Amino acid sequence: MEKERTVLSGVHFMNGDDACAEGAIAAGCRFFAGYPITPATEIAERMARRLIEIGGTYVQMEDELASMAAIIGASWAGAKSMTATSGPGFSLMQENIGLAVMTETPCVVVDIMRGSPSTGQPTEGAQQDVMQSKWGSHGDYEIIALAPASVQEMFDLTIECFNLAETYRVPTFLLADGFTGHLWERVVIPQPEKIKIIERKKPSVPPEEYLPFKPDKDLVPPMACFGEGYQVHVTGLTHDERGYPKTVDPKIQHELVWRLREKIMKNSGNIIRTHEFMLEDAKVAVVAYGIPSRASMNAVKMARKAGIKAGLLRLSTVWPFPEKQVEELSNRVKALVVPEMNLGQVVREVERAAKETPVHFLPKIGGELHSPSEILEVVRRAAKA
Amino acid sequence: MTTIEEFDKHPLSRYVRVERFPHIWCEGCGNGVILNCFVKALDDLNMDMNRLVVVSGIGCIGRIAGYIKCDSFHTTHGRPIALATGIKLANPRLAIAVISGDGDLFAIGGNHFIHAARRNIDMTVICSNNFNYGMTGGQFGPTTPLGSYTTTTPYGNIEHPFNLVHLAAASGAVYVARWTALHVKRLTASIKKALQKKGFKFIEVVSPCPEIYGRRNKLGRAVDVMKQYRQTSEIRHGYDPSKAEITQEKIIVGEFVDIEKPTYAELLQKQFFKVQKKLKEG
Repeated sequence: MEKERTVLSGVHFMNGDDACAEGAIAAGCRFFAGYPITPATEIAERMARRLIEIGGTYVQMEDELASMAAIIGASWAGAKSMTATSGPGFSLMQENIGLAVMTETPCVVVDIMRGSPSTGQPTEGAQQDVMQSKWGSHGDYEIIALAPASVQEMFDLTIECFNLAETYRVPTFLLADGFTGHLWERVVIPQPEKIKIIERKKPSVPPEEYLPFKPDKDLVPPMACFGEGYQVHVTGLTHDERGYPKTVDPKIQHELVWRLREKIMKNSGNIIRTHEFMLEDAKVAVVAYGIPSRASMNAVKMARKAGIKAGLLRLSTVWPFPEKQVEELSNRVKALVVPEMNLGQVVREVERAAKETPVHFLPKIGGELHSPSEILEVVRRAAKA
Repeated sequence: MTTIEEFDKHPLSRYVRVERFPHIWCEGCGNGVILNCFVKALDDLNMDMNRLVVVSGIGCIGRIAGYIKCDSFHTTHGRPIALATGIKLANPRLAIAVISGDGDLFAIGGNHFIHAARRNIDMTVICSNNFNYGMTGGQFGPTTPLGSYTTTTPYGNIEHPFNLVHLAAASGAVYVARWTALHVKRLTASIKKALQKKGFKFIEVVSPCPEIYGRRNKLGRAVDVMKQYRQTSEIRHGYDPSKAEITQEKIIVGEFVDIEKPTYAELLQKQFFKVQKKLKEG
């Protein structure tokens, strides 16, 4: 396939959803299954138009249960696969997100978050699914979730999602708020050779020696896909290294579930990305992710002008939570400020990591963005206290 | 008990994961018959086992994916067809067989069944219809006959059952057949035919559940149920599936639908060439 059609290198003016679709294609995604939902529909629309151009497959499923199931199937058939949705659809996907975790299936789920619960506010952005992305399916598990704050990051972090999903064999989420999904901005798409792409680890042994769920030292097992001659059995039941069900042996359950957790937690140093802005001498630090981090940056600049030593820690990775970074930061500032477009989700993690350091929370729901001045107001209060 | 070495001597053992035997199914269950007929069909077709993927859902028959020696996926409850759709479309060279139960395919998974049939996704779907949820101890399901007793219909079932072959035909399946666990040769022939045919193929297997459904409804031992199948089944190829409801007195079996229709993958391929041509022309 012609490279220029696959990676649209150059400078573009596009919306966040479209940039996400282009990021997926640049990352090697060749299978998309989805179901229309505001404000994520543009991703499906672009994939429907673009994937066929480059020999990929777009399929519109009957619901989000099926969409999630289909991308798991496609991943085992060897494709990099993705779906995109919003809150109501994300809820339906939780069942098979658990299956993807248990079967260690690399796949990417984009959630363009809108006001909720239930049908809520289809056209208004929010950050109300952050805890759901971590805890939405039943059981103990770890996933990876990234939060873009610009259209450029909708492109960049979608690629990162695929790389992380392939590296750790885990469903990886792009958790974007509806505002970033629908925002129009400048996007620079690099030349294909400048884009770092990671492919899943393949077995290095012949089929008769291969144990499909025996991990390497990094705790991730190499993955043989269907049709490659390895005759792999995959099940959502608790299984041994051969992939065979072993449902009443406490040791097997313990080993498997711990490893699924540890492969993310032990590698969290390589997964987590945060960005620091004016934090060197800061007395008050704003911790933000997604679209509120942009108003936060302005608030920090305004605070500095007013003589307040403020700074910003922007989280690109929400899960695994950047606990060390927040803890370390809390040791050198007087207070933390957390603006979120929900009634308190990431702030709980910040409070846990910050221990004694006071955390000021600024919730906002309804479809309005935080303004820099209202964040500044809290920063001011935090600095005085 | 039969040893693994003895299982290994079976002429069809190369198609199964002998180390996983004995299987979990009860004595007299029809699922063993389905497994036998399926691997016999594979053997007759000299199937390339590196090209076959068996996908199953949850329930007694769901374990079949783990017994057949090929790439296989034992999915979440109700989702095998949706997951298999992803496998097939991402790698159309693979042959897909979905083998699951009546509850999995037609209650919790009913939506996926009708839409995969409508899209004409190339896969063979085999349903072991035992008229109840066996694995959870015998609750009523979407095929339980009116009046039947199960743990959740202690006073008799008041829901009308699905006629699965009618549902499959109406949803667009290109091949629809029904057999009972008694019709092993005809079932094997049907599976062979389905595996060789393109499109969405559906085979219903009326299957005895003597330990659970049978016991509560006083149907006797497995052999009594088989005798009943012999007495009440009637082979009627080409019969109108809408009239082929299963009753106590009669089980119409046979091939109800056998038509040709372009598959999803074929239409997608055609569209791909059209798009490529358009792109080249600019």
